[in-house]
Amino acid sequence: MSKKIKEEKVTQHKLIKLKRRKPNRSRVGDFFIYIFLLLMAVAMIFPLVYAINSALKPLDELFMFPPKIFAQNPTFDNFSDLFVTMSKSWVTFTRYIFNTVFITVVGTAGHLIIASMGAFVIAKYDFPGGKTFFNIVVTALMFTGYVTQIPNYLIINALGWIDTYWSIIIPAFALPMGFFLMKQFMEGLPMSLIEAAKIDGANEWKVFMGIVMPNVKPAWLTMIIYSVQGLWNNRASMYIYSEERKTLVYALQQVQSGGIARTGQAAAVSVIVMIVPVVIFIFSESQILETMASSGLKD
Amino acid sequence: MKEYLRKYFILRRHNFQVAVKKAKRSKMCYLFLAPYAIIFTMFYILPVITSIYFSFTYYNVLESPKFVGIDNYVNLILQDDIFIKGIKNTFMIAIITGPLGYLASFLFAWLINELPRWLRTIAIVVFYAPSIAGNLFVIFSVFFRGDAYGYVNAFLMNLGFIDTPVLWLINPVYMLPICMVVILWMSLGSGFLAFVAGLQGVDRSQFEAGYVDGIRNRWQELWWITLPNMKPMLMFGAVMTITQSFGVCDVTMQLCGYPSTDYAARTIVTHLYDYGFTRFEMGYASAIATLLFLMMILCNKAIQSLLRRVGT
Repeated sequence: MSKKIKEEKVTQHKLIKLKRRKPNRSRVGDFFIYIFLLLMAVAMIFPLVYAINSALKPLDELFMFPPKIFAQNPTFDNFSDLFVTMSKSWVTFTRYIFNTVFITVVGTAGHLIIASMGAFVIAKYDFPGGKTFFNIVVTALMFTGYVTQIPNYLIINALGWIDTYWSIIIPAFALPMGFFLMKQFMEGLPMSLIEAAKIDGANEWKVFMGIVMPNVKPAWLTMIIYSVQGLWNNRASMYIYSEERKTLVYALQQVQSGGIARTGQAAAVSVIVMIVPVVIFIFSESQILETMASSGLKD
Repeated sequence: MKEYLRKYFILRRHNFQVAVKKAKRSKMCYLFLAPYAIIFTMFYILPVITSIYFSFTYYNVLESPKFVGIDNYVNLILQDDIFIKGIKNTFMIAIITGPLGYLASFLFAWLINELPRWLRTIAIVVFYAPSIAGNLFVIFSVFFRGDAYGYVNAFLMNLGFIDTPVLWLINPVYMLPICMVVILWMSLGSGFLAFVAGLQGVDRSQFEAGYVDGIRNRWQELWWITLPNMKPMLMFGAVMTITQSFGVCDVTMQLCGYPSTDYAARTIVTHLYDYGFTRFEMGYASAIATLLFLMMILCNKAIQSLLRRVGT
């Protein structure tokens, strides 16, 4: 224990030293940049603060004129009302949560493994067809999702996946964005690292799991964020008809569209829908920053 | 000529044989790529090809598609005035918000990178939150409401700049600028996050080496060391920005209404949505999608060749 503390102190010391002689940075420049960032941050966060505050406002304050930005008597009434509404729904609330969690977890896990495997060989090996395939993926990113919905529906229908979770999960495995991101990050890995592992007797799978993936941790954490965000917000209303397989966001938005009587609950819905991706984001973001020390490997 | 063709084919055959040999040696690679390639082909490439085929047909979703050649494209370019307006609006939005959003993403990612750690986490969350928040941008319709209850109107009236409320989201003059503000607010998205992660991987020793070699301020350091190291992420960010800024439709549809007054906030994708899902003319909508696709590819080509010059 004490050794750990000592080590920490040493690294802290080193950091302080590094800071003191950080080259190429002027104090005036730093000052102006901080001010600039602060101003921008306030502008960016303002609508979010407003949304959270309107979720905390009691009904009379929501319709008050002139409107106030901050809640005068913050309550959680809107949230408890929302839970009452949801628990009275035909399908139980927990079922909606299960649906969303299942789709998000399975979809993200599969996407992570399948897309990184593909990205790894494309980035690090030269084989016929590899470059072409990558170009096709990047190009396909640019086709609008709206018109492909009908062919997509026909394909999923032919597979018999309509009204199952798979209609959402399997296409999410092959999202081009995550693949593209992983490939770009893996390009920076030195080939010598892979060759060294191979000489030591590791096969491709071991190289992939033991060498490549740990070294691109920032990339796949970012990819998880994208994937979770996309699947969490997926309303799944296109391929899934049964109410008991609908997602949480879908159910919440039904409440939200309930008109003026549900203004308070609607505000609570926007906050709940937003809060989960933000929490996941904060967790993985702190992980990204954690890995910075280990990824100093370059050719 | 004949001789030349013969040689050409011999060369091609030789190249093909080399490729086959290489392919045989790299079975492992195909095995790794196979799961992704199969799913991707099925759910992304096939639908795109089908849609491009639909663009040459009359297809109203209920009856099976009838082949009509390039009629859809001819109508689209020669007769559809609203589509031309949509192109104009989309280009306005893309040209202003695209580069600005891209530069802002990089600038903020870069500035944030030097903050102390806890502050950096907070800053990343604050800047990225608008993109996570789903459709929270609807809140802007409260700010820009047309009556005196709207915050912007109330604020400007209290200060005495205007004496009657302005119909921000109904008056065609203000629609596009407001949409641009909202899009810019949300523009620190996927590109920003990739930049943040990429900046973590830049080798520290290069900065010190640069200092020894005579780099004197942070801008030189940015141009000669950081940017060349970030090239893969810059490419990623560029593609993401292109797809987002040409595909604008959610923001304009939800803020300015659908259809908007005088079609002042109509974009290409709004037009596509109109034909595809209100009038059920899927063939025509596919033609719009294909044209948009071509525009994006051209734009991507141009930007990639620009990015290749970074740091030289």
